[in-house]
Amino acid sequence: MIHFVLKRLASLVLTLLVATGVIFIMIEVVPGDPAAYMMGLSNNAEAADALRSQMGLDAPAWDRYKSWVSGMIAGDFGISYTYRIPVSELVGDRMMVSVPLTIYALILSTIIAIPVGVIAASKRGSIVDTGLMGFAQIGVAIPNFWFAILLVLLFSTSLQWFSAGGFPGWDAGIVECLKALTLPAISLALPQAAILSRVMRTSMLDVMNEDYIRTARAKGLTKRQALIRHGLRNAMIPVLTILGLQFSFLLAGGIIIESIFSLPGLGRLVFQSIAQRDLIVVKSIVTLLVFAVVMITFIVDMAYAVVDPRLREGNSK
Amino acid sequence: MSLLDIQNLNLSIHDKQILYNVNLQVEPGQVVAVVGESGSGKSMTASAVMQLMPDAAAIEGNIWLDNDDLTVKTENEMCVIRANDIGMIFQEPMTALNPVQTIGAQVIEAVRITHKDLNKSQAIEKAEIVLHRVGLPQERFPLATYPHKLSGGQRQRVVIAIALCQNPKLLIADEPTTALDVTTQAKILKLLKKLVAQDNMGLLLISHDLGVVGEVADHIVIMRNGRVIEQGSRHSFFNNMKEEYSKELVAASQQELKVQKETQEEEIILEVRNLNKEYKLTRKGFFSKGEILQAVNDVSFSIKRGENLGLVGESGCGKSTLTRCILGVDDFESGEILINGEVFNGQKELRKNINVVFQDPYGSFNPRHTVERLVSEPFYLLDKKPTAKESKDQVIEMLMLVGLSKTDIDKYPHEFSGGQRQRIAIARALITNPSVILLDEATSALDVLIRGQILELLEELSKKLGISYLFISHDLATVKNITDRIMVMKDGIIVEQGHTADIYKNPTHPYTKTLLEASPDITRVIENL
Repeated sequence: MIHFVLKRLASLVLTLLVATGVIFIMIEVVPGDPAAYMMGLSNNAEAADALRSQMGLDAPAWDRYKSWVSGMIAGDFGISYTYRIPVSELVGDRMMVSVPLTIYALILSTIIAIPVGVIAASKRGSIVDTGLMGFAQIGVAIPNFWFAILLVLLFSTSLQWFSAGGFPGWDAGIVECLKALTLPAISLALPQAAILSRVMRTSMLDVMNEDYIRTARAKGLTKRQALIRHGLRNAMIPVLTILGLQFSFLLAGGIIIESIFSLPGLGRLVFQSIAQRDLIVVKSIVTLLVFAVVMITFIVDMAYAVVDPRLREGNSK
Repeated sequence: MSLLDIQNLNLSIHDKQILYNVNLQVEPGQVVAVVGESGSGKSMTASAVMQLMPDAAAIEGNIWLDNDDLTVKTENEMCVIRANDIGMIFQEPMTALNPVQTIGAQVIEAVRITHKDLNKSQAIEKAEIVLHRVGLPQERFPLATYPHKLSGGQRQRVVIAIALCQNPKLLIADEPTTALDVTTQAKILKLLKKLVAQDNMGLLLISHDLGVVGEVADHIVIMRNGRVIEQGSRHSFFNNMKEEYSKELVAASQQELKVQKETQEEEIILEVRNLNKEYKLTRKGFFSKGEILQAVNDVSFSIKRGENLGLVGESGCGKSTLTRCILGVDDFESGEILINGEVFNGQKELRKNINVVFQDPYGSFNPRHTVERLVSEPFYLLDKKPTAKESKDQVIEMLMLVGLSKTDIDKYPHEFSGGQRQRIAIARALITNPSVILLDEATSALDVLIRGQILELLEELSKKLGISYLFISHDLATVKNITDRIMVMKDGIIVEQGHTADIYKNPTHPYTKTLLEASPDITRVIENL
């Protein structure tokens, strides 16, 4: 197991190094001089040069890369060109919204998808199966922003259970915050749950045909017991992969939902920073997202190992 | 009344009748072997006893277990009966266990389903005792072992332990040794026979091979096309067989030594010189050095034109690795392979002289390709590709040669039976006009009668076309009547080689003797009646 973890960690560090390199080079070749942008209309070459050297932009690329990476390791992501506050503070505030929202959405989608998938699989071909999978099909097809608007119309405008948007900040208390995040989380969770339940159903059907389920039935377990005790854990393996991908996607992919509910999330920040050529923020967020994706992959790999003992020894048989 | 009494059992799935009036009985302590080809209904009979048939199955007749009719039980009642009265062992030990649970957990679960009064530590104790009984002592196979750590034979022992810990009255074993090596097969059959006698269980043993079950069965039932066509005690069955089909089965299992052919040919078409192949094993720790497995160890041999050579050894002995090296699929550390006297380094011109037929007639074809496309595929090895017309003509010629018809050219693999598919595979191997064909367990997955037909076809082709075969198998008996010479391989080393007749009559290496003793032999069964 230790061998397995160390191997994964090594590849994680390597991936991050390569990723920072690629991000750095891409930002370098993107046209647009941040100093010129910050100078605005007063196009004074001398002042721009001074600003450039003040921001360290005139140093050789290799030195700038080194100081950028070492800064990030120390927690210093630089200062936003447009907001004039440390990037770490800016991103940190947004993360406090985006990460809980993502986790909330994923929990919702898992809670819905796994039972739906299992029930549909165990009643394969019945009306229940057809009905559930029909809903899943609709769930995949519905654009989540449209669904979000429906939710707002129903729960905010008519029933007035939830506010239609905005985020009170964590100081306002957990209940208030969760309340503000509920509708966005449901809108994000719906399509994910639909996909996940289809994966769960297929995976469960595959597992049901496995010989060890027959062995379990021959022991005297009922169909349901055999599925739950022997099928579920085996069927979770492909589902974990999808969950990992969904987390990475939701973290910054919720921009439309964030806009509808006016949430100060990561997605909106990326969008604004790109529009304003705030390259240092873009660079930091992209790096952060890469880090998140790599970490999630790492966690999913660890979860595989917990589920499947064959992986713990590091052989891929 | 018998322990198990199947009376006039009829079974159909979607109006297609699978079983017709099946009648058979099993007494306590008795081993009843049900023998038949695939599709004979033998496995469906077992599923009917377990009441684990496909959903659409409709059943008529009675299945009495200890005066209880299983056909009228509800699903919940059947769960109790499966937990207490019937144990079952399956064909494929590699997949019969849950890969994410320890063997202990899986045995203990079975113990606790049956013996509800036992507490946790008593259940653990019971599981340990049962595992010990099936030959998996705690010192070497702790309860915390995962299935992937065990070999096929050991996993089959775990499955037996799961069945046994519930103290069943009836044990059903569906092809329990078909997927195993001959020596493992002999051990598992011996274990089953012993357990049945000790616990006075009835054993319903299902097999496609009369030779395998002949030695352990008390009573033999022959099934064909869903009907029991003949049955009797072992003694009376072998002495008074009435049905032509039973006689054919026995004849197919009786393998005669091949008549030694006077080979005038001295031309060597395939030669392997001092071949060595290593595998690096997975490192145990992060910094520890990986161990090296010598999969093929200094192997040398040669095949003359028209000669048939057998390569026999158990799984893991290196025979498949050797095959892959010869085919140019795997690299090797040292040594040389010569085809028609030239050193082979993967050149297409030489590779076309050597082709292969694999074991699994179902898995070795792309299901979405037509027979024409499948058979003509090796043409890529030729420098001058035939035109579409020539290609088609040649495919038809090959199909006719292997006993298929020219209308088969547009069909897909699923339209053929296992034996027919193996004929397609042979046609594919023949199409580049090779001098050697490697047959990797090419007849192991086939029913005995079909196996006989395929061997006949191969013999005929060898005479007609002058090609040589390298037969690779885990069972000495299957290569007995087709090979001129045999090599026995163990742990990467050729431990013995010689003329087939000599190996059979005077094996010198102890391992060869073990293999010979384990090899199922119906002649021996009949002699010892």
